[in-house]
Amino acid sequence: MKKEILVCQGSACVSSQSRDVYDALESELKVRGLEEKYSLKPTGCHGFCEQGPIVLIEPEGYFYCQVKDKQVPKLVDCLQEGSVYEELLYKSSETQEPLKTRNEIPFYQKQKRLVLQNCGLIDPESIDDYINSGGYSSLQKVLSMEPDEVIKEVKDSGVRGRGGGGFPTGDKWYYGRQPQADKKYIICNAEESDPGAFIDRSILECDPHRVLEGMLTAGYAIGACEGFVYIRSEYPLAVKRIYSAISQALEKGYLGKNIMNSGFDFDVQIKQGAGAFVCGEETALIESIQGNSGMPRPRPPYPAEKGLWDRPTIVNNVETLSNIPIIFDKGASQYARIGTQQSKGTKIFALTGKIRHTGLVEVPMGITLREIIFEIGGGIKDDKKFKAVQIGGPSGGCLSEGYLDFPVDYDSLIDAGAMMGSGGLVVLDESTCIVELARYFLSFTRMEACGKCTPCREGNTRLLEILQRIIEGEGKMEDLDRLETLSRNIIDTSLCGLGQSAPNPVLTTLQNFRGEYEKHVKERKCPAGVCQALLSYKIIQENCKGCGICMKHCPAGAITGEKNQPHNIDADVCAKCGECVDKCPFGAIVPG
Amino acid sequence: MVDKVKVNINGNDYFVPENYTILKAAEENGIDIPTLCYEEGLPITGACRMCVVEVRGARKLMAACATQVSDGMEVLTESERVVEARREILRLLIANHDLRCLTCERNGDCRLQDYCYRYKVEDTPYKGEVKDFKIITDNPFFIRDYSKCIKCGKCVSICAEVNGAHVYEFINRGFDTKVTSAFDDPLPETTCTFCGMCINVCPVAALVEKSTLWKGRPWEVKKVTTTCSYCGVGCQLKLKVKDNTIIGVAADKSGSNLGHLCSKGQFGWDYVHSKDRLTHPLIKREGEFVRVTWEEALNYIAGRFKDILSQWGGRALAGLSSAKCTNEENYLFQKFMRVVLQTNNIDHCARL
Repeated sequence: MKKEILVCQGSACVSSQSRDVYDALESELKVRGLEEKYSLKPTGCHGFCEQGPIVLIEPEGYFYCQVKDKQVPKLVDCLQEGSVYEELLYKSSETQEPLKTRNEIPFYQKQKRLVLQNCGLIDPESIDDYINSGGYSSLQKVLSMEPDEVIKEVKDSGVRGRGGGGFPTGDKWYYGRQPQADKKYIICNAEESDPGAFIDRSILECDPHRVLEGMLTAGYAIGACEGFVYIRSEYPLAVKRIYSAISQALEKGYLGKNIMNSGFDFDVQIKQGAGAFVCGEETALIESIQGNSGMPRPRPPYPAEKGLWDRPTIVNNVETLSNIPIIFDKGASQYARIGTQQSKGTKIFALTGKIRHTGLVEVPMGITLREIIFEIGGGIKDDKKFKAVQIGGPSGGCLSEGYLDFPVDYDSLIDAGAMMGSGGLVVLDESTCIVELARYFLSFTRMEACGKCTPCREGNTRLLEILQRIIEGEGKMEDLDRLETLSRNIIDTSLCGLGQSAPNPVLTTLQNFRGEYEKHVKERKCPAGVCQALLSYKIIQENCKGCGICMKHCPAGAITGEKNQPHNIDADVCAKCGECVDKCPFGAIVPG
Repeated sequence: MVDKVKVNINGNDYFVPENYTILKAAEENGIDIPTLCYEEGLPITGACRMCVVEVRGARKLMAACATQVSDGMEVLTESERVVEARREILRLLIANHDLRCLTCERNGDCRLQDYCYRYKVEDTPYKGEVKDFKIITDNPFFIRDYSKCIKCGKCVSICAEVNGAHVYEFINRGFDTKVTSAFDDPLPETTCTFCGMCINVCPVAALVEKSTLWKGRPWEVKKVTTTCSYCGVGCQLKLKVKDNTIIGVAADKSGSNLGHLCSKGQFGWDYVHSKDRLTHPLIKREGEFVRVTWEEALNYIAGRFKDILSQWGGRALAGLSSAKCTNEENYLFQKFMRVVLQTNNIDHCARL
């Protein structure tokens, strides 16, 4: 078998110069006349982005991390010798033992890569690669079935919307199939705007045909001949790859007229959004495609009944659509064995924050947060203590340690006050201030609100102002009750999902970390030492050598003391800049 | 024939057409649900959230204006949860509103005020940023005071959907949202036709006619229903009259124009009080107009018609009618010209 050199060309690897690695490999192979012997291939993302650029050698499966272009000659030497380039292997964080293949790395061991199965292994810009890995075979199966059977299969699989709401996809399609209309539409929602989430981007960059196959299946099921991919223009690589996938699929007859001689026609257009978070909400997205401002419409009527240009429209998220080919490949009953009773299949998370291993992980539904954070993610960085995890993006919830053994599925997360959301998972350690965290997420949703409905437009601003006051040491105890009632009212009355979920970080942090809020208000203290206005510094007398460095660097002149004698900080003069803490060579200055 | 469904509102069963919204079903049965952004005939935006009601089985409160009824639906329009939600919305609205109600032109005729009264919202606990805009006086007809705007969007809708001028839109987003013209251009530089319908739908004092400013409190102003005297459409409107002087126009939805008006009906009434206006018949004698009675004037006209007709025949006469007349009046006019004055020389100002 011909050896393959697979070089990741996902956005993250590209930004760590994987293109240079690819070019270096190409020229090195050429110089040595090895082009025929080895096949060099660009691929999509492996998910372990912090270790990029990643190069994979097949069939051995050697998984090389953080490859630099100047290491390419030695890499090719190893290839020719049939040896392993040990320095490029991932080292176990516990034993420092180099691990040769992907499956040996703990980051991958608990994952179940179904949707991401092709990612990192096929060339996203080659339809043949997709077909050779089994692509478009499920579509062939679908086109030989009746649309109602297709919908039944999706219903039986139990797959639910991966974009946040968790609505059963089969039911949605069923509602889309019912109305008679001159035209129906399928929209692929690729407006992934959660800060830190890059799931949809990765799928589109790595395996765009999978998404098209899902759209085609949805179109066939509900009787739509036209589809839109609504994608944010900040994803240029994903846009390029979906464009190239569409033109290749058209060429090969998987799109266009009479697809695979079935008589089924389907066309896909791309609509690039301007990156408004609210356009991820399906009715705002529809407005945007129609050329209007991205402002949501009241629901009902749901898009399945009256959507794009008032025609029945099914809006599915990228990840949801990517699950569809798996359902038909495996069969619904087989698919439904993965996950929990109510949440089937896998879910991809963008794992980030104060955690050892960050990246994209695909896990079976029902896995615990502890498994994701401590086994896949390798636990908290720098031996700090776990504090909380924000799950579901900025509108998700912030869960404390008590929830670590909670199963990750749609309903458990809702019960906990969080939500699956689009799969952002931010891990926080003890150095994070929970009030500041709530303020941060709320400032995002407040900025991204469209301004149409009163509670979201006005209410989130007021929540933010209250949080700001607490952070600045001007909070009152009644502010905490006000935060809670206002949050509940915003959730209860807002027009769309954005407003209905924006206060979640406030509510969940209040619920799980009320003590920390109270410390801010009652004692005017920030336990994490983050909130500037509540900070004070002191010098531990025993540790201070009286070197005077802190005094020299203090911009406010707040530090006094004799040479070689312990110094003191005048709290009234201190500007709380923290410069002294950074400069003290003896660690004698601490917050408190 | 639309099927009827049974809806229970506040404990009572009602049978209403199945295509009704909760708001309409309630309205027809005498149950008042407060609204700020809803306006009959305009698209439903569901933006203000004042009309939220509790629907049994629904997780969130539902907007009554946007939710269609269904058989067996149980609705509570004034439950504790609903009232608290409405109070919160009002507290939020007045937290970002110019509350100088003392001298506000809409004081006493303001939906925001009415609902604050109805739900006993005396003040707001939210003391923070308040949007403060300069009053825009860029046209002769009305002012735009966006410090009072509650972003209900009715002006945007009526301008786009009824007039078709598409002058207004929301700019910016979130808390910074503001209703204005494209690029915030002065209205005379936009497609605005100054029909003034935006003023008539504004529930607060964000859009106010200049002619009414400082001219009288709403309760001092009498609204007199009349027909617009300009064209033959015969739009119904209400003249705002203070001390026997017209100070403005309000919409009257009972007429065939459904409250819609054009700039003439809305703003073109100042001729009524013009000194130059003819108020009695005049006959020109020896080069001077002389005031006469109606009887004398009509006799004079009839006499002259008869003379011309007998001396020269109908071809010597011609009649010019006015677009201000109704179809019926124009019909009678041409009939009179043809039958009585025996002429086909009839024309109409609309052709000129």
